[in-house]
Amino acid sequence: MANNLEIKNLEQVVVRFSGDSGDGMQLAGNIFSTISATVGNSISTFPDYPADIRAPQGSLTGVSGFQVHIGAEKVYTPGDKCDVLVAMNAAALKTQYKYAKQGAAIIIDTDSFKKTDLTKAQFQTDDYLGEMGIDPDRVIACPLTTMVKDCLADSGMDNKAILKCRNMFALGLVCWLFDRDLNIAFNFLKEKFAKKPGVAEANIKVIQAGYDYGHNTHSSVANVYRIETKNKVPGRYMDITGNKATAYGLIAAAEKAGLRLYLGSYPITPATDVLHELSKHKSLGVTTVQCEDEIAGCASAIGASFAGALACTSTSGPGICLKSEAMNLAVILELPLVVLDVQRGGPATGLPTKSEQTDLLQALYGRNGESPMPVLAATSPVDCFDAAYEAAKIALEYMTPVVLLTDAFVANGSAAFKLPDLKNYPAINPPYVPQEMLGTWTPYLRNEANKVRYWAIPGREGFTHILGGLEKDNKTGAISTNPENHDLMCRLRAEKIANIPVPNVEVEGDKDDAQLLLVGFGSTYGHLHAAMDEMRANGKKVALAQFKYINPLPKNTAEVMKKYPKVVVAEQNLGQFAGYLRMKVDGFVPYQFNEVKGQPFVVSELVEAFNKIY
Amino acid sequence: MFTANDYKKGQPRWCPGCGDHSFLAALQKAMAEIGVPPYQTAVISGIGCSSRLPHYMATYGMNTIHGRAAAIATGCKVSNPSLTVWQVSGDGDGLAIGGNHFIHANRRNIDLKMILLNNRIYGLTKGQYSPTSPRGFVSKSSPYGTVEDPFRPAELCFGARGHFFARAVASDMNGTVEILKQAHSHKGAAVCEILQNCVIFNNGTHDSVYTREGRLKNAIYLQQGKPMIFGENNEFGLMQDGFGIKVVKLGENGITEKDLLVHDAHCEDNTLQLKLAMMEGPDFPIALGVIRDVEAPTYDDAVNAQIDEIKAKKPYHNFAELLETNDIWEVK
Repeated sequence: MANNLEIKNLEQVVVRFSGDSGDGMQLAGNIFSTISATVGNSISTFPDYPADIRAPQGSLTGVSGFQVHIGAEKVYTPGDKCDVLVAMNAAALKTQYKYAKQGAAIIIDTDSFKKTDLTKAQFQTDDYLGEMGIDPDRVIACPLTTMVKDCLADSGMDNKAILKCRNMFALGLVCWLFDRDLNIAFNFLKEKFAKKPGVAEANIKVIQAGYDYGHNTHSSVANVYRIETKNKVPGRYMDITGNKATAYGLIAAAEKAGLRLYLGSYPITPATDVLHELSKHKSLGVTTVQCEDEIAGCASAIGASFAGALACTSTSGPGICLKSEAMNLAVILELPLVVLDVQRGGPATGLPTKSEQTDLLQALYGRNGESPMPVLAATSPVDCFDAAYEAAKIALEYMTPVVLLTDAFVANGSAAFKLPDLKNYPAINPPYVPQEMLGTWTPYLRNEANKVRYWAIPGREGFTHILGGLEKDNKTGAISTNPENHDLMCRLRAEKIANIPVPNVEVEGDKDDAQLLLVGFGSTYGHLHAAMDEMRANGKKVALAQFKYINPLPKNTAEVMKKYPKVVVAEQNLGQFAGYLRMKVDGFVPYQFNEVKGQPFVVSELVEAFNKIY
Repeated sequence: MFTANDYKKGQPRWCPGCGDHSFLAALQKAMAEIGVPPYQTAVISGIGCSSRLPHYMATYGMNTIHGRAAAIATGCKVSNPSLTVWQVSGDGDGLAIGGNHFIHANRRNIDLKMILLNNRIYGLTKGQYSPTSPRGFVSKSSPYGTVEDPFRPAELCFGARGHFFARAVASDMNGTVEILKQAHSHKGAAVCEILQNCVIFNNGTHDSVYTREGRLKNAIYLQQGKPMIFGENNEFGLMQDGFGIKVVKLGENGITEKDLLVHDAHCEDNTLQLKLAMMEGPDFPIALGVIRDVEAPTYDDAVNAQIDEIKAKKPYHNFAELLETNDIWEVK
């Protein structure tokens, strides 16, 4: 490294790769986060896709981003704003600069800032930096496309294939900036393109060229960042997205329960990756059926459940609307079913690629009749694994449909996942009818202790029975319209769900003397935790209670809600969880922070709002 | 060995004279003759009068929600292929609210025995026209007559690439038992249209073929490999006429049995089968029996065969091995 170069040791840094949808920004971001995780940094990533199917090249709506947050200690979010912004074209700079911190380093490909590019990106003049108010000293402006072409001139590749490697040049440059070991990237590419060694070789060449370019011409940005790793938890890790973790959790639960895993689904953003992931793993006996519609996805899963599988259906909010009647069938049948709702912006088609927490009340109450259903919300990409496992365990052991809420943010975001050992996970014991009940068993006999009925799977001799969507006698299961019986059945179903044991909600931070308690549920955990950390670092007494179990609520909910002088419920909807808590906790009137922008919370905005309440 | 009684349960609550009673008896008789034990049989219905049927069966059963029986039966069969799965729907359940599942179960060729009890009316909701009611049909929801054309189930089944279609009249025990047994022998989606009257809201809709005498006159029993002959004295036959079919009288114009069409339910090309299925009175006899029965790979077999194939090919077979297929790094 040159002498005039300052090496800055940072605790954490946020890098945002942005470019045209076809520029390979997701891959570049992914490799960078993997390299960082490999050296032990904590990572959190967030891809930000455009909703357009294929926006015109270079247009403002076609910009795709991938944000990576790496830290020496645990990072909880993909970060609000970035320290380094890679903008592969003019449209990316125009739309993504708002995500850059004051003084952030900006890497641009000057070859993509020609007159036509600037027009497409709606710049008025040639002075695009001036127009955006960007300090040219912070910009690494390189003729990236030209250099990639030069680098691969002798490769024999065609122009189109060469241009596909531009992302690797940017990656190489970022690796230089952060003093990353390129060998990890090389290995990653060799494995990814194992069947196309030529492509791997070209990409490796370009990464190296990008790195060398940074090394040789660093003068424009006079520092290299170094993030050391503290508090390493030893172990073996992989990078995992929330959707993949959900799929893995279901696979793990099926294996633990000794059941076949069945997924009935219909493609819908942002849940489809769960269908993709599970469809790959036929060697584990996983059965996926891409059904004719959302309704059939859920209905076929109920059929599979009846027939003795661990049955799941995956969707997003609009799909839940369609599945509601079938979900209710599972309620009255009392059959196990996991319903995954990867929430997105609504109502209706809404914001398909964006994230919200607006399906909470739909999950809890969006069905006809008294329809109690357990609801869980995963708190991070990695937590999707545990949440899916627990949802399946509850469904199977309590003979009930369970809604698992995730959202586009946790589903697409990724983090380092310490490989779990199934031995450490609790057993799953479905309540199969004991053989000694032969002759006396009826479908709605219940275990008196937990009100769960017994499961008799078709094929088993002596236990033939009928289930149905009509109200039935509380023991025999025969159709019954008796008023007392219906009242009893509604109460039995409600009581069964209400008494499912769930762990207490944990209070983090200043749990004894907080002035302000932050309350959230599901995927906002990282942002709320980061906000709490920041406030506490500034001397405030703050605690956080993040809910994963929504129905039933943890037993200590009321106690926690009433313990602190002030409580704020922060959620990405207009107050659904706050309203729910108010219904469940007598006299509870929290402050509220609500936002429905389709984007993750911004920690600095949370801190500002919470400081006002404090 | 089983008898029909082994499949019977409870006291049916349908209206006296309803075709559901006779169909139920035929189904139980057919199941006994087929011989699959009740505990390896699942009967799955939707909602409607006829969908109450599983309640009267001593098998495993589910009386589910409106229209979804085929979808639910699909999950049941695919995940537990050892079960024999019968799906029972009425014309509203199967072809209106459940039309999408009906066509896709046929297209995928799921090994389901799909019973369509067609009385051309909504009985349980007390008398509205159904998707099989004829144009102009007067009902409570169409007091001035409907202004829409009906589905003809065979047409829908064939359009969805169905490989098995049979038809019987509910009052015809032998004819019904026969097609149910053949439906069971057919591996794949097997649609059995059962013509029945609704004695309260649409009595007489299938009167022309409801009695034995009526069927002799107005129906033709199609039999594999046999010339198409019908009539009280077997005096009529069916002949190909250009692109169509015509009714001929044997002996007239020198026509003999040899000139008649010979039934081939196994013919891959469904053109003539469709023509037979679409015949209507008074000019044509109504076709009964197995109209189409063509072998084809089933979805449930294919899904499970693919699982076996991939199991043999891929090196990972449990969760721990699955984890190892990822890019893993170690933090020490």
